[in-house]
Amino acid sequence: MSATDPAPAGEPLDFSELQRMAGEILGVDPDRVQLDVSFARDLAADSLDLVELIMAIEDRYQVSLPPERLEGMRKVGDLWEFLQEQHGAA
Amino acid sequence: MTGSDGAGLRVAITGMGLVTPIGTGVEAVWESLSRGRSGIGPITQFDTTGYPTRIAGEVRDFEPELYMDRKTARHVARYCQLGLAAARMAVEDSGLRPSTMDPDAVGVVLSSGAGGMEEIERGHRMLMERGVSRISPFTAPMMITDIAAGLVAIELQAGGPNYAVVSACASSGHAIADGFEVIRRGDAVAMIAGGAEASLTPLMIGAFCQLSAMSRRNQDPAAASRPFDVGRDGFVMSEGAAVLVLEEMGHAASRGARIWGEVLGAGASADMYHFTAPDPEGRGAARAMRAALRKAGIGPEDVDYVNAHGTSTQLGDIAETLALHQVLGERARSVPVSSTKSMTGHLLGAAGAIEAAACVLAMDRGLVPPTINLEDQDPQCDLDYVPNRARPAEVRVSLSNSFGFGGHNASLVLGRGPSANAKGA
Repeated sequence: MSATDPAPAGEPLDFSELQRMAGEILGVDPDRVQLDVSFARDLAADSLDLVELIMAIEDRYQVSLPPERLEGMRKVGDLWEFLQEQHGAA
Repeated sequence: MTGSDGAGLRVAITGMGLVTPIGTGVEAVWESLSRGRSGIGPITQFDTTGYPTRIAGEVRDFEPELYMDRKTARHVARYCQLGLAAARMAVEDSGLRPSTMDPDAVGVVLSSGAGGMEEIERGHRMLMERGVSRISPFTAPMMITDIAAGLVAIELQAGGPNYAVVSACASSGHAIADGFEVIRRGDAVAMIAGGAEASLTPLMIGAFCQLSAMSRRNQDPAAASRPFDVGRDGFVMSEGAAVLVLEEMGHAASRGARIWGEVLGAGASADMYHFTAPDPEGRGAARAMRAALRKAGIGPEDVDYVNAHGTSTQLGDIAETLALHQVLGERARSVPVSSTKSMTGHLLGAAGAIEAAACVLAMDRGLVPPTINLEDQDPQCDLDYVPNRARPAEVRVSLSNSFGFGGHNASLVLGRGPSANAKGA
């Protein structure tokens, strides 16, 4: 299954999948992708890396991150929180 | 060989890095060049159904992660991956460590003819199929033709003059010429100079098919690139990268570097004739060669070997032959002239650099690489093209030609290094 195939509807969110996607796109060990970890400081992700990750997440979970929320995506936990919020709303 | 008109510093070649369809690394490439081995085969990088040309020179089994981390590999186009690999090899070969030097000391001129063509095509496909929000944020930096030079500066910490020269198939000839001039005028101690190309893409191959510029000898790929042969039917596109480390001679000598050879001169000109066709009389090409010899402070009588542009097109091979007659005069028929594109195919923006490396190796090894597939020589191409077999020869001075669409001409004059294995002819 590629990271860009949409997840089947109704499937519960799986944090390990986010870890795997972030690990692949940011070029880090998935185990380093934890909720309290900073994209920029801890995972050396710049704004382009973050946009690429968010595009992959949007494709995978069929969600859309409003541009004004991009600024708030500082830690892995921010992205996870957004995903849970979207998932609950679906 | 003093190799200078006295106007500037001397420029040694102290490192070479090669990633090509006929091998990766200097020795693998030399093995193929000296044995007359073709690197041409069926295109495997995309489905060529419906294409009149379905062959090319691909770099096979390239593993970008041997030369860069996984994230960098993901975020640069293939031409940059090949270019960085060649640059790393060249710098390692030279023994220079730019990160420990004054940041202004080492610069990069790394050219490409087409840049990140596959990323342009991918980005455009996403735009058409899924809209603007699906274009990767990396598309812009991945597609531009200059970014390999920037990437090499970042990865190798080389902070001197940094850019790409773009002149189609003459790009890396001009890159080496520029690197040479930067050192000659004292603006850097060393320059990482060459070219990288990876444009075997559906659009690029298709566009060149429409020009009827490429060989259609799909059933016999190894015989498709046949410069100066009556059966030639166009060039064969290839990918790859070739990078030289150019270094101020005094600096190279003081650190005891191995000196592969010397850049003695470089010349450039425009055909002023046509977008894609060469001047049929080769006048622009001849002026570039003469300018290079003038800068080297030598005459045509000093040239021992010519590595021809020799792409295997009808018009180009004849025009270059006429140009060589104009430049070499009475000696034209006695100077060995070969086209290593018969083996490598045409690396476009990397062609000038791989061919400069071929000259350096010919001088170093005392062996002139052949023009393969030369079975029935075109009577309009009447020089000694070293047909089919490498030939032992003492080569002190080589001339290397690169000509590009747009009528860009670049010629380099290269000299032998002090430790060459000089074999008498």
